[in-house]
Amino acid sequence: MALDRSDVEQIAHLARIALHGDDITATTDKLAGIMGLIDQLQAVDTSGVEPLAHPLETTQRLRTDAVTEINQRDALQAIAPATEQGLYLVPRVIE
Amino acid sequence: MQWEIVIGLEIHAQLTTASKIFSGSATSFGAEPNTQASLIDLGMPGTLPVLNAQAVRNAVKFGLAIDAEIGMTNVFARKNYFYPDLPKGYQISQMDLPIVGKGFLDITLDDGTVKRVGVTRAHLEEDAGKSLHEDFQGMSGIDLNRAGTPLLEIVSEPDMRSAKEAVAYAKTIHSLVRYLGICDGNMAEGSLRCDCNVSVRPKGQAEFGTRCEIKNVNSFRFIEKAINTEVQRQIELIEDGGTVIQETRLYDPNKDETRSMRSKEEANDYRYFPDPDLLPVVIEPAFIETVRGELPELPQQKRERFQSEFGLSAYDASVLAASRELADYFEEVQRVCGDAKLAANWVMGELSSLLNKSDIEIDQSPVSASQLGGMILRIKDNTISGKIAKMVFEAMADGEGDADQIIEAKGLKQVTDSGAIEAMLDDVLAANADQVEQYRASDEAKRGKMFGFFVGQAMKASKGKANPQQVNQLLKQKLDG
Amino acid sequence: MHEKTLAGLSQALHSKAISSVELTEHYLKRIEQFDGALNSYITVTPELALEQARVADARLAAGDAGPLTGIPLAHKDLFCTQGIRTSCGSKMLDNFIAPYESTVTARLLAAGTVTLGKTNMDEFAMGSSNESSYYGAVRNPWNTEHVPGGSSGGSAAAVAARLCAAATGTDTGGSIRQPAGYTALTGLKPTYGRISRWGMIAYASSLDQAGPMARTAEDCALLLQAMAGFDERDSTSVDEPVPDYSAELNQPLSGLRIGLPKEYFASGLDTATADAIAAAVKQFQALGAEIKDISLPNAELAIPAYYIIAPAEASSNLSRFDGVRFGYRCENPADLTDLYKRSRAEGFGDEVKRRIMVGAYALSAGYYDAYYLQAQKVRRLIKNDFMAAYEQVDVILCPTSPTPAFRIGEKIDDPVSLYLTDIYTITANLAGVPGIALPAGFAGDLPIGMQLLGPYFSEARLLNVAHQYQQHTDWHTRAPAGI
Repeated sequence: MALDRSDVEQIAHLARIALHGDDITATTDKLAGIMGLIDQLQAVDTSGVEPLAHPLETTQRLRTDAVTEINQRDALQAIAPATEQGLYLVPRVIE
Repeated sequence: MQWEIVIGLEIHAQLTTASKIFSGSATSFGAEPNTQASLIDLGMPGTLPVLNAQAVRNAVKFGLAIDAEIGMTNVFARKNYFYPDLPKGYQISQMDLPIVGKGFLDITLDDGTVKRVGVTRAHLEEDAGKSLHEDFQGMSGIDLNRAGTPLLEIVSEPDMRSAKEAVAYAKTIHSLVRYLGICDGNMAEGSLRCDCNVSVRPKGQAEFGTRCEIKNVNSFRFIEKAINTEVQRQIELIEDGGTVIQETRLYDPNKDETRSMRSKEEANDYRYFPDPDLLPVVIEPAFIETVRGELPELPQQKRERFQSEFGLSAYDASVLAASRELADYFEEVQRVCGDAKLAANWVMGELSSLLNKSDIEIDQSPVSASQLGGMILRIKDNTISGKIAKMVFEAMADGEGDADQIIEAKGLKQVTDSGAIEAMLDDVLAANADQVEQYRASDEAKRGKMFGFFVGQAMKASKGKANPQQVNQLLKQKLDG
Repeated sequence: MHEKTLAGLSQALHSKAISSVELTEHYLKRIEQFDGALNSYITVTPELALEQARVADARLAAGDAGPLTGIPLAHKDLFCTQGIRTSCGSKMLDNFIAPYESTVTARLLAAGTVTLGKTNMDEFAMGSSNESSYYGAVRNPWNTEHVPGGSSGGSAAAVAARLCAAATGTDTGGSIRQPAGYTALTGLKPTYGRISRWGMIAYASSLDQAGPMARTAEDCALLLQAMAGFDERDSTSVDEPVPDYSAELNQPLSGLRIGLPKEYFASGLDTATADAIAAAVKQFQALGAEIKDISLPNAELAIPAYYIIAPAEASSNLSRFDGVRFGYRCENPADLTDLYKRSRAEGFGDEVKRRIMVGAYALSAGYYDAYYLQAQKVRRLIKNDFMAAYEQVDVILCPTSPTPAFRIGEKIDDPVSLYLTDIYTITANLAGVPGIALPAGFAGDLPIGMQLLGPYFSEARLLNVAHQYQQHTDWHTRAPAGI
């Protein structure tokens, strides 16, 4: 499936990556090459094959419901770009 | 044109667990911002989720209570989108293989009819955090304490045909999750949140109209108002020649209107895929049987038992069984006093109005079930009359003690000694000699009206303590000779 | 001192021939002297290392020491190390001081190892040449015009240049084995789930696996012993007993069935590499192994399947880098979308952005079935190939890469040609089976690597086979000139 410029812009938006002008052209070219590689799979007959999500087909282990975490806010917010009154700050969220 | 309303609800119930669904952080409400947000909840690089067994148990409990198929192999998937209250940039949820499959719920409508509403599925997922919009120099503040709180998203079929049905369904779910002890049902704290999918179609048309989803409606009253408002909007829009666009809307209770949430509109491509950090959850049949054994008596079963065991009416039974706490209270009153009808009357009457007036829940009632039962016993053994009982009840509500203490302290014991009542009646008649004369001169019809006057005087003279039946009987004898 | 293998250093420490502090100082000096040219470390932690060395010496003196106590290691810079920058080779995490410790590093610390620093890597482990690092390309100590491989290129170069006794790496599509092959090291990718992923910054969660990179199989056995095991914080780690890897090393190879997959000896394989593998086959025959031709018929589908699955998982795993709670945030974001888009555009390098976008596309509405689901089905075909092969043979032998290390810059503008260098390693990640890379010869001054793959949880057997080979060959004993 060939990718064009507008596909690339759409994907970049979905992935929240800013792309401008020449970036879009260069990215479209490179992505087209990669898509050419992965499109090889389209020809493979996989009818009747179950998808494999995990190599070891085991099951989920469950955790006992217990509080094991303590408040580490100060330490964890020390590495945050912007906080105030214990909150992470972001540009205004509009709903 | 006649319009038919079609409603489906998605109810998010916060599951009552001590810790979060994928981390060991506490889930308590109201903590200081981000003090219950651990490495995992914050989506720190390199952290991994581990599933909470209690969340699984709670979901299975719900599934069994609505006769649903349990997803013996259920899978967690990632729902990818960017939002500041979603730390990892994806929500761990379930998509193709949810833990609870198709089930149903019977709801009782106001007119007493029972309607069956289908539940499409219920799946486990993690809650998001909260954006706080107070002004931080044009910024929003993000609190991630709630991020990772376990949710059960219960999706109904589009089976409801009015806002009232939707409310009845929501109330039934609310009651059920509280019965099961899997959610505290506290809507003010957001423990139970409701998204309403609403569409209209011309009556008789088979296919559904385009639906709008009203997000996060957080009280039963608002569910009804939001749906009605949205229905009105859609009908007016169509009748004016417009078309309904499928979108997410927000209900504004202050303006009583819904408005489009454009910010959440754009390109919703969630790119679901199985979460590679979590393996398929396999539910063993033995586990299901264990959980089945732990199920409490459910509202429906309780209603039926209240009718058959206590002879209550369908209405009384459904009111009393509506919440587990109310039902337990009623049963305790009944156990103490041995009279289900009186117990039901008092619980649904005086007690309910007391709770309503003070805006408190039954578990905070100032009058305990055993106190109320004890008081009813005194009615039954004629120690007090029903009227005096109301005084006693109020005194109990004010914390003046048990019925017996109050009756004793206030001297409210009913007078049943015929001699004493007769003597008191003689005094009353003597003091009202003119009226006695008038009474005796009147015909039967007029006498009937005047009789009440003498009863009133007599009860007043006894300060309400004389047994009313005896007063009636003896007074009749004396006046009519 | 640095001539010794890890096992040799361990003996020297236990016999008190050297102290851990001396050894640590020695490596720190070498790093200072040689790493300017190689760029194998992103962060060196001398104070911490010396402090740990002092503690290790005390343990050694008290007789409370294990085989790894006092051994100076370097860690790939995607293992979270509490209080130390953990950059993942990215500008995005250039300022990220990890607030917690990964299970791998915690276990190695508990065993008494010393942390010399954090090694360079392809950004977010996405690469096969270590050229995508924000901190610059790493040079191959055997020939500094050439790449050391990737993504664990810093670890490979550091061990090969004797700038640490051994190092940790991670392998998502060959990121331990391919650089080990390019630098004449022994590197093990264990069975998926054998080592906890807690604290290891994820690239592709269903493929990522940590492992040791060292000079010999014997050294890898010692490291794996400490690294392996169930971890309740990683749901995908496996609760299987950990065998005594060193105890198995000396098992004889007679009767060992070795399979040669014909698909891995087809066109595109460099002659010197083919010759080296042929010589290794002879060596194994001499040691009593039985050689069989086998087929992995779907092997050629591994690269396209991998370049759907890994980017798909990565596109989601890397969404958390949004400039809100940690990591890089752009200057003066105009609004929320701008914050996301510029922080990510400025914080991530080109290859990372490409893979995120490929992954987002493969998962997007309308394409999921054609790409992601199809890739997962192909993944099962590849796993089935291995399961069928292991009915006939005990281990599979093949090259680690089609050619020795290529020149820096050679493939930088052609992502697809770079992807193809992992053609022999990727299948093991898709199937989740273990693999070990070890030196099998040289093409001029450039090492040639070979790879042994085994069934699930056959690490002990792979280490044994590699060790026996190393008892009879000397490729692993050679050191790059000039350092």
